[in-house]
Amino acid sequence: MWQRQVIRNSRSLQTRLAAKARCFSSTSSTLQQFDTPDGKPFRVMVANRGEIVQRIQRTCTQYPDLFETVVVHSTADAMAPFVAEASGSVKPVCIGPAAASQSYLNVDKILQTIEQTGSHMVHPGYGFLSENADFAKTITNAGVVWLGPPPHAVQEMGDKLRSKEVAVDAGVTVVPGYEGVLESVDQALEVVKDIGYPVLLKAAAGGGGKGMRICHNDQDLKEAYGMAKSEAKSFFSDDRLLIEKYIVNPHHIEFQVLCSRNPTTNEIDVVVFPERECSIQRRNQKVIEESPSVLLTEESRQKMVAQVRQLCKTVGYESAGTIEFLVEAPPGGEQSFYFLEMNTRLQVEHPISEAVCGVDLVKGMLWIGAGWGLPEEFHTNEPILPYKGHAIEARIYAEDPLRGFLPSTGPLRPYVEPVDTFKANPTAPEYTRMDSGVANGHVVTPFYDPMLSKTIYYAADRPTAVEGLATALDQYIIEGVQHNARLVNAVLRHPEFMAGNTPTSFLETHFPDGFQGVQLSLAKEEEMAVGVAMIESFKNELTMSKPGEPLMVQLGGMFGKAFKVTLGEETATVQYITKTPEEEENGAVRTVSLSQMGKEGATVDYQPRKYLAEVSLDNTPRFIQVVSKEATGELNVQMYGANMPVLIETEREYELSSHMHEPVKQDTTDIVPSPMPGTVMSYAVQEGDLVEDGQELCIVEAMKMQNIIRSHRKGVVEALLVKTGSSVAADEVIIKLVPETDDEEDDAPAKAA
Amino acid sequence: MMMANRVLFSKGAATLARSGILTSKGALSQALYYHTSLPRHKSAQPAVDPSSLKASFRERLDNERSKALLGGGQKRIDKQHTRGSLTARERIELLFDPGTFHELDQLKAHRCVDFGMDGESKQFPGDGIVTGHGLVNGKVVYAFSQDFTVLGGSLSETHAEKMVKVMEMAQRVGAPVIGLNDSGGARIQEGVMSLGGYADVFQANVDASGVIPQISVIMGPCAGGAVYSPAMTDFIFMVEQTSYMFVTGPEVVKTVTDEVITKEDLGGTGVHTSKSGVAHDKFPNDVAALRAMRRLLAFLPSSNDKTTLPYKPTDDPADRPVPAVARLVPDDPNTPYDMKDVIKEIVDDGEIFEIQPDMAKNIVTAFARMEGHTVGVIANNPISLAGCLDISASTKAARFVRFCDAFNIPLVTFVDVPGFLPGSNQEFGGIIRHGAKLLFAYSEANVPKVTVITRKAYGGAYDVMSSKHLRGDANYAWPGAELAVMGAKGAVEILYGGSGADIEAKSAEYADQFANPMECARRGFIDDVIEPEDTRKMLCNDLRVLRTKKMPDIIRKHSNIPL
Repeated sequence: MWQRQVIRNSRSLQTRLAAKARCFSSTSSTLQQFDTPDGKPFRVMVANRGEIVQRIQRTCTQYPDLFETVVVHSTADAMAPFVAEASGSVKPVCIGPAAASQSYLNVDKILQTIEQTGSHMVHPGYGFLSENADFAKTITNAGVVWLGPPPHAVQEMGDKLRSKEVAVDAGVTVVPGYEGVLESVDQALEVVKDIGYPVLLKAAAGGGGKGMRICHNDQDLKEAYGMAKSEAKSFFSDDRLLIEKYIVNPHHIEFQVLCSRNPTTNEIDVVVFPERECSIQRRNQKVIEESPSVLLTEESRQKMVAQVRQLCKTVGYESAGTIEFLVEAPPGGEQSFYFLEMNTRLQVEHPISEAVCGVDLVKGMLWIGAGWGLPEEFHTNEPILPYKGHAIEARIYAEDPLRGFLPSTGPLRPYVEPVDTFKANPTAPEYTRMDSGVANGHVVTPFYDPMLSKTIYYAADRPTAVEGLATALDQYIIEGVQHNARLVNAVLRHPEFMAGNTPTSFLETHFPDGFQGVQLSLAKEEEMAVGVAMIESFKNELTMSKPGEPLMVQLGGMFGKAFKVTLGEETATVQYITKTPEEEENGAVRTVSLSQMGKEGATVDYQPRKYLAEVSLDNTPRFIQVVSKEATGELNVQMYGANMPVLIETEREYELSSHMHEPVKQDTTDIVPSPMPGTVMSYAVQEGDLVEDGQELCIVEAMKMQNIIRSHRKGVVEALLVKTGSSVAADEVIIKLVPETDDEEDDAPAKAA
Repeated sequence: MMMANRVLFSKGAATLARSGILTSKGALSQALYYHTSLPRHKSAQPAVDPSSLKASFRERLDNERSKALLGGGQKRIDKQHTRGSLTARERIELLFDPGTFHELDQLKAHRCVDFGMDGESKQFPGDGIVTGHGLVNGKVVYAFSQDFTVLGGSLSETHAEKMVKVMEMAQRVGAPVIGLNDSGGARIQEGVMSLGGYADVFQANVDASGVIPQISVIMGPCAGGAVYSPAMTDFIFMVEQTSYMFVTGPEVVKTVTDEVITKEDLGGTGVHTSKSGVAHDKFPNDVAALRAMRRLLAFLPSSNDKTTLPYKPTDDPADRPVPAVARLVPDDPNTPYDMKDVIKEIVDDGEIFEIQPDMAKNIVTAFARMEGHTVGVIANNPISLAGCLDISASTKAARFVRFCDAFNIPLVTFVDVPGFLPGSNQEFGGIIRHGAKLLFAYSEANVPKVTVITRKAYGGAYDVMSSKHLRGDANYAWPGAELAVMGAKGAVEILYGGSGADIEAKSAEYADQFANPMECARRGFIDDVIEPEDTRKMLCNDLRVLRTKKMPDIIRKHSNIPL
């Protein structure tokens, strides 16, 4: 049936080789023979959307004689890059309307499309149908290759409850908890009596933090039970809940595996990758991942790898998967680890494992799916696949870190990604890799996960990789939606992160009141002031200054912090204009060297259309984003992850600006605006109710997440302005409050009478 | 430069005042002495020697000048600062390139003697207004700046004469005029002389209209007859919190109609930039407003002489592909998007200067550049009212089109319009008359007209939006565009009456014929169907070719646009 083809077994090889059937070179050991259907490439349908489609396609296009992709999409994604850039011979197929339930989760339609396009394989990506055992079974039975583990493994490991049982059987250390599905909230309260607070409620079918709640007391648990249940129902169509001990301050560490049944021994060959540390999380979803971890001792690593290997063999696992652990590492104490769950799919963060091992996991999955076994580069006798260097990944989401990470939608414009240096040379010792699903002008819709891209940096060691990623993010221009790139930037430059102290509670601990934007040190502010002055003088259009005259650079706009910058030929002086006597010691004049950065005479490289300036300060290149310009000449500037309006004035303008009044801010004390676009699901109060500070007012659902809106002050509900079930825009006022009137006083005369 | 030095401009009145030299009582009273004591010379002593006479005149001149620089005096200057405003001279200083302002009529004084105006305290050289010319971005600009510290910036006969003089001079040399308005109104002591002054200014405004750009910045009160001079200029800008405009103020409104309303609610920036459409934009304060004026002037020619059109070099390639625009415009004709994103992708460096951004958001009017040359962009914006044309949108765009046409600025139009907004409000308000303004303006305009239909152009609005039939020079549509009398479903309901079982099929048939640009391309109503990502390249190319466009003027006194 499947005919043989020849291909050079090298992941960097992108040119199409003359792949004649049965042509086999005996002289080169790097040539291997492969069977494909009728000598034509396998058609690999990617039953997913966004960046993962392009990721899988990238591997397929490296082996054009062996694989080609079939792209499916919803109507909402018709213009998305993964559709526009589809390279297979089959045109992208629209499989339904925007709602995932009617497109990417529409099994019937997908099965029909598999048939119609003659697809031989299905890669489910992550999310959507990737851990749907029934789907895997259905297509396997239809003779189509499921690029993932066998359905029984999906079923066993995908169910959190069952996976824990299997893990226990395989001798894997697990988290204490109730071994079964919760029947009621009362039962949950009963279980807590044994294991104690805090506890974690989670959906049995869940993943990715959806339907997951941490409870610290009975009230939390009662409140969370219903919400977790309905979230689980809406996201996974399965409202079964589990409860377990919540491990405080753990690290999240996981092992990537690639398993294949050895045709000669019929044993499972397990390739274990070096661990990934994925502890920087928000809402139980990963944000920053790196490999290897700086936390793990060699002893823990060995124990964990042994358990991982055993678990895979016990399950009879094949293809790519990930085994997640929680690691507790009390200072000075012993490290302990607990099996958390197994993800039976290719994970979002797989690129960092690929980076440190120099392999292509998708290729591995394709090879295993085609029945060719593990590609040569995965063959090893070591317990862990040999690796070198350090890789770190940031997931950049369209969400608002200043408002509890609520999703943000809209058109991305301008949107410019850092340059991907991996594509040109995947074997470079240091590179930036962009796995992105969007492009300039792309509209982020509320229908799907709001991830924009994964920005990955690979280098020889951790400090270089962290610095490299931060610098890449400095060059990442994202406007039009709120996003977390600045938060990630702040984390990467945080001393505790650099020291490797990154428990999963990192964000809560170091940003207890939420992310308020990056605060720059005075030294960095001075750099920013000089940099912006250089851009301005380079453009030479807005200010009325003459060369050599000082510029007043005001970070934060006309009423912000002022710096007096005088640019010379090779140096600049900068002085912070202090406003109070306490600050006076900060007002020293500093001299900054403007010498060239390898280019003769070039200290500024700026094109307004590219929104990015490269400025050389003290012999180091710095990146400054200049994204928009107001009619008044005010610039919107970003540097080191800090974002602010900047106004540049001459000294005289600055002097006269001191007479200007600050704009009056709108009083928001009496309104409760929607923090995000969504739907008002229900109200917990009625008009006329007296509410306390922090009391639940209503629930707004966005992207299938239910968000409790609480009162920010004590007051009386004057009006509920949005009907239940109606959609609201971000900042749209949902509830009006009025100050509480002192009823007793009003009543007093009546009583007296 | 010498002139500039002579008026001691670079130091500024306030600085001089603070130095103490010019505000000593002696200096002031001496100035007044010279001003009022000429008759006494006769009776006192015989002829003095000429050099002493010249020296004393020099002293008197210096004193007059220093008095002029101080306007209404330090106390009033401080008061002006306290309310968050700059003085007339400080504003001039920020508007012009440093050291280039050349003042005119600094010594001009009012001639009124009634109602105590002959008193010493009512004498102000310059008469409450600073006028002159200088350079903005290196190009000549004329300006007047009313001085609220002098008799409340009130307008006298002589004050008006100074305004008229700069307006006439600006026309003579072909340079824009900027008026910085901050005046309590007519100088009541002068009675009808003041009214006459206003009318002289109005006439000068009209004479200059279409010859040189006229810009008004309202930086304080502007009430009664005073509003009509700005109203006849090309653009009005306002300053938040400190400026307001109305024909009759809250007190009169209360007396006549018993309506209680604040100045801000009656004629503040919010009213005029988003409700009345009187003003073209607002800025947070004086400094910001003046910077914005410098930026706006960089887009404008000095006069209606074609050779004064500005050019700003850019490294933004004319053939830059714009793949983002196809993503920004959703396929579904009912899904809104912000047309401003599309415009910013296409024009040089993504830079626009929007006119009336808060008014009739269903249409965008903005200055931008293509290959360094200024263009006027008019675009339906589906983000508001689905991009319909209504009364406000029609008048807003019509005025903008006429400004561009008057000053030889090519028109770039982006069309995504479902038609005119239906409703009794619109009909009673005269959408026929107001919509006709835009149609008239586009038809009359003989500057280069290039047009792109991004998604749809239905009904009469298709004709209005710079269509081929109105002598559009280059008209394009993107492949997904619909050009039709109306949407398919509505059309089928009319064609086949009511609803039927086959309405879906008929709709599909109608859509197949008209929900694409083929029919228009076959008839030449559009020159071509272009790929969205080629839009910038195509438009730049056409605008380059059209730079030599000539259209014969039609011989007539003037057309009769439906006002």
